[in-house]
Amino acid sequence: MSNNTQLTEHYYRSLNRNIILIIFFVSIIPLIIVSSTIYYQFRASYHEKVYDHLRELVDSHTRNIDHFLQEKLGDIRFLAASYGLDKLQDEAFLQSRLAALQKSYGQDFVDLGVINADGEQIAYAGRFKLARADYSDADWFRRAIDREYYISDVFLGLRGIPHFIVTVRSSGKDGYWILRATIDFVAFTTLVENIRLGQTGFAFILNNRGEFQTTPIRGPSTDMMASKKIYTEFLAKSTDSPDQVHIAVKAVSSRHKNIYIAAFLKKGDWLLVYQQRMAEAFVDLNRTFTITTILMVIGFVGITIMAFTLSKTVVRRVAKADSEKQLMRKTVVESGKMASVGELAAGIAHEINNPVAIMVEEAGWLGDLMEDVDLGEGENRAEFERAIGQIQTQGKRCKEITHKLLSFARKTDTTVEDVEINELLEELVALSSQRAKYSMVEIRTDFQENLPTLRVSTAELQQVFFNLINNAIDAMDHDGGTLTISSRQIDNDLVVTVSDTGKGIPEANLDRIFDPFFTTKPVGKGTGLGLSICYGIIEKLGGKLEVESAVEKGTTFSVTIPLQSNTGGQDTQVSNGLNS
Amino acid sequence: MITPLVMLVDDEAPFVETMTKRLKKRDLDVIAAFSGREALEILNKNQNIDIVILDVKMPGMDGIETLKEIRARFPLVEVIMLTAHATVESAIEGMKLGAFDYLMKPCDMGQLIGKVNEAVRKKRGHEEKIREAHVKEILTKRGF
Repeated sequence: MSNNTQLTEHYYRSLNRNIILIIFFVSIIPLIIVSSTIYYQFRASYHEKVYDHLRELVDSHTRNIDHFLQEKLGDIRFLAASYGLDKLQDEAFLQSRLAALQKSYGQDFVDLGVINADGEQIAYAGRFKLARADYSDADWFRRAIDREYYISDVFLGLRGIPHFIVTVRSSGKDGYWILRATIDFVAFTTLVENIRLGQTGFAFILNNRGEFQTTPIRGPSTDMMASKKIYTEFLAKSTDSPDQVHIAVKAVSSRHKNIYIAAFLKKGDWLLVYQQRMAEAFVDLNRTFTITTILMVIGFVGITIMAFTLSKTVVRRVAKADSEKQLMRKTVVESGKMASVGELAAGIAHEINNPVAIMVEEAGWLGDLMEDVDLGEGENRAEFERAIGQIQTQGKRCKEITHKLLSFARKTDTTVEDVEINELLEELVALSSQRAKYSMVEIRTDFQENLPTLRVSTAELQQVFFNLINNAIDAMDHDGGTLTISSRQIDNDLVVTVSDTGKGIPEANLDRIFDPFFTTKPVGKGTGLGLSICYGIIEKLGGKLEVESAVEKGTTFSVTIPLQSNTGGQDTQVSNGLNS
Repeated sequence: MITPLVMLVDDEAPFVETMTKRLKKRDLDVIAAFSGREALEILNKNQNIDIVILDVKMPGMDGIETLKEIRARFPLVEVIMLTAHATVESAIEGMKLGAFDYLMKPCDMGQLIGKVNEAVRKKRGHEEKIREAHVKEILTKRGF
């Protein structure tokens, strides 16, 4: 009983779990797929958009800066080419040229100087007292004297402040001479610093040795340290692809990632780097991600709540329906039992009635003869008459008993005992033989000898086979036929088949015959309970009740009962239910 | 009055035999039949049968079916049904189908003889009317 309850509880728990899982997966999986697909597509296109924008920004600034440098160089070249060494050596003239340049370009040009091939500054115009300075050891001079024009890296030089210079080499009668212009570092830096986006986006320039050419004003120092490797990687590309814009993403700390966009300037000498915190560059995307996540979590929670409530409701309803069904089946079994007891009683009553009728008639005949035969008067004649009268009285009493039997109904005993199946079948055949005779049915038996006994309730098993035999006879009514009953042991099961050669069951009815209240008999003739009760009883024993039928050929019911049926607990439960 | 001719139909041979003897002793002519089909055959051959005493429950063609046949083919023959308690419903059905009466088995001989006599009287009455009708018809035809 407790085992049974546990089983049922286990069943409901697993039903509950299955419903939850099904609802969960059916709802969550599409939710995740749809959300993540949309998010992924959005992310991809947004990334592309942001990168394009930044690339465009860096590219245009690179061109601007290149243009700025080329412009300065062009001015100086024009100056050197149009005036020659003689005029430019004159410091007053040089001063006037500087003034003219400053007038056109603001403070971009800081000073001008003319240097001979030995590195000596032979003329100077500007605010620093640098006339006659000796640059022969300066790095930039050695480079400048080797080529036609040159733009240096940023250096401190003699004046001690960061600056860079633009030089143009010309040849005079004493060999090469150089016209040098210092470009205002602040003006130049502004060009780069103007590239700002948000809180963390900024740009700076590196030379090919990785030295800063402009001050990266707002970068956190840790970022700069962490970014060194990236810069080196970019610089390594200067020879392969000086014209391209390069993009890289790197984590600078556990919480932050940076985007780096870099492009080369000055034919690969300098590198313009723009860097920004990833979180800021993709702030819109991150907001979308947050919204998507929140929506998904809300959906998730909603689905979970719904799955739990729904499954609880469904399981509660199923449990209620199950217990109703259980109750119904008990009632049906009991009422069916009563019905078959009634049928049995009716059969017996009729069978007893006939012999009794004959007996009474014979007694009557004796009485008739007595009237003619002279037995003399006295005690003997009286005794004869009394005896005949007694036979007739007792005959009437028998009639009354059979009539009472018909209205007599008792609860069937469901006590479990050892049952010899063949014996039980034999008895039922004997009981049914009279009925079979009326329907012109021949009953054949085919029993396997020495079958093991079953531990079941005799009454219940009788009920099952009585029903099956009755149905078989009904199926052959009027036309007659053969009813074959066989018993066999197959492995660990006992198989009893009841076959008739009757009308058969149409295909359409075949899967409904075990349903309660399904009957093809006219109203009032059949309850439609017989087979459903049989089914219930056999199922309770852990067995199977199966049917095979061909229309106009016959029907075979086979009952399979396990020999070690372990159904003691359930039997007790049912019999308790019936007796209470 | 001519001795009524009764046919007793039941599948139980001992019952039929004893009943035959007892009814004969009571001045009835009795023919025995042991199934519905046999009863119909005898009726076919013997037009003089007045009463059929018919058991309801018989193998093959049962009492009700036999009754239907008799009513259809020999409408003048009166039928008394014999039945056990379990088949009272079929006896009622038999009455509806035109049986003269029914008796429960085992039956009282006096009752049975009474019913037979009633049935015979009814049949004779019928036959008388038919005869009169014939006479009238003949007279009408001849112009009287």
